[in-house]
Amino acid sequence: MKKIYVKEEYCMGCRLCEIHCLVAHSKSKKIIKAYKEEFPRVLPRLIVEEKGPISFALQCRHCEEAPCIEACLTGAMGRDKKSGAVTCDEDRCVGCWMCIMVCPFGVILRDEREKKVATKCDLCPDEDIPVCVAKCPNEALVYEEE
Amino acid sequence: MRKSRNYLIVGNSVAAIAAIEAIREVDKTVPITVISQEPYRAYSRSLVSHFLEGKVTIEKVFYRKKDFYQRNKVQTILGKRVIAIKPKEKKIVLEDRKRIPYTKLLLTCGSKPILPSVKGIEKKDVFTFTTWDEVKRLAKTIKKAKSAVVIGGGMIGLKAAEGLKSLGLKVTIVEQAFQILPAILDKDGSKIIHRHLKEKGIRLIINDTVLEIRGKGKKVERVILGKSGEVDCDLVVVAIGVTPNLDLVKGTALKAKRGVLVDRFMQTSVKEVYAAGDVVEAYDFLYGRKRPIPVWPLAFQQGRVAGSNMAGKRMEYRGGLILNSIEVFGLPIITAGLSAEEKGYEILTKSDPKKKVYKKIVLRKGQIIGAILVGDIDRAGIIVGLIKDRLDVTNFKDEILEENFGYIYVPKEFRAKMVLPLEVR
Repeated sequence: MKKIYVKEEYCMGCRLCEIHCLVAHSKSKKIIKAYKEEFPRVLPRLIVEEKGPISFALQCRHCEEAPCIEACLTGAMGRDKKSGAVTCDEDRCVGCWMCIMVCPFGVILRDEREKKVATKCDLCPDEDIPVCVAKCPNEALVYEEE
Repeated sequence: MRKSRNYLIVGNSVAAIAAIEAIREVDKTVPITVISQEPYRAYSRSLVSHFLEGKVTIEKVFYRKKDFYQRNKVQTILGKRVIAIKPKEKKIVLEDRKRIPYTKLLLTCGSKPILPSVKGIEKKDVFTFTTWDEVKRLAKTIKKAKSAVVIGGGMIGLKAAEGLKSLGLKVTIVEQAFQILPAILDKDGSKIIHRHLKEKGIRLIINDTVLEIRGKGKKVERVILGKSGEVDCDLVVVAIGVTPNLDLVKGTALKAKRGVLVDRFMQTSVKEVYAAGDVVEAYDFLYGRKRPIPVWPLAFQQGRVAGSNMAGKRMEYRGGLILNSIEVFGLPIITAGLSAEEKGYEILTKSDPKKKVYKKIVLRKGQIIGAILVGDIDRAGIIVGLIKDRLDVTNFKDEILEENFGYIYVPKEFRAKMVLPLEVR
């Protein structure tokens, strides 16, 4: 399947991926509205990490043997049979945080705006290319077949 | 292909479901039958406390969608007990004496709650908290009850206490050890939880035991403690732990100690009989030996390994470690591995009692072998990943408990291997 890969030597730490991820997962999908009007603000589904000169964006790896699916108490974490993506059915999630405990990349986030749920990268199912990849100005994120 | 092939699975929780999914990835046609004494399709045991509190609907307690068995072509025999297994004859016996033959058998009989041998334990208003039926029975009793005693301050006891409290009962937890969660938390970590529980209105009695449950006839009216006198209550929940359910295994050729012994392929000492989940003793790679670890993710992995091997695709169980995630009245707690250790290892801690944050890692020869995260659990999985991968963390150990700790601290060679496959690099 196609996955997002990280080329950290190209990452500038500009965080445009984070902004566009947030907007893409907002209600309005409009940047100004998403930041100025939608509260509590929706979470970006990726994490930008920085240490000295190194930086990179990290999001769900959509693992083949996914620890989050194994650990999920409710069956909310599953796999999309067609795309192979690891999906989180936030409606079923009860916020037990088992997935957070086992994700070796630490890319599942606690969304505590309403009912507590786990949230993560969904590979932007309505887009040809996930927005973080599409909007990266330096091709530090790529979307390719494994 | 032999026509007579059929797989039997005894038990219908996570290990069984994972096994079914694994079998069907390899073999779409072999007949599978699941037998469970509980009359429900697979449900999430941990969600029964959410159900009690009314936080989830009945439909959400179920672990898979309604059509799961149909889609996977699984025949179900639910609400019937298996009373014996006959490995020599390759048959199991149901409670109605009906015998069902199998070519391969998977035992996922789970664990059963340990009941202390105290007077009054048989009373009607004494409950365990591990099956849906028990919790449904409890839900009915609660309507007429004002106060409850929970025996045991472990995971299940805490969830029971939270559920009962949220429904308006006065709740007392009685824990034998000097702290709650004695198996997975240390003293400093537990102190925060103790305070949190008190703030939420739970009465906590530590270092004491229930000697007797008293009341007229079948009723519960009070418990008698060893040291702290009596506590009035209308019901008792017993949650002092679980033990592998070996009822079916006793007297058979299947080797068992505390749990059923299995090899790396989840096969028991008898060929064609597999076992997975809480009922087994599987390899704990931190202890370096087999022992029962009754936790959900390992039951899933073991079920998956068993199912795959039954269907003929070799898969190895690499061993597990104890892992727990629990939220107690909104305070999240995650522990992994040898988390309660306080001496003999290098231990790093960070604590902010005001914010109810406590973090700790236990190191052995440069590797993390245990962790506690209270209050701040974000990205806990990175630490658990470091335990599993047995990475030497000496160079960045002081960063691990810091707020900005992330994947970036993991050595670059390892990181690159994980996030960037060769073809794309």
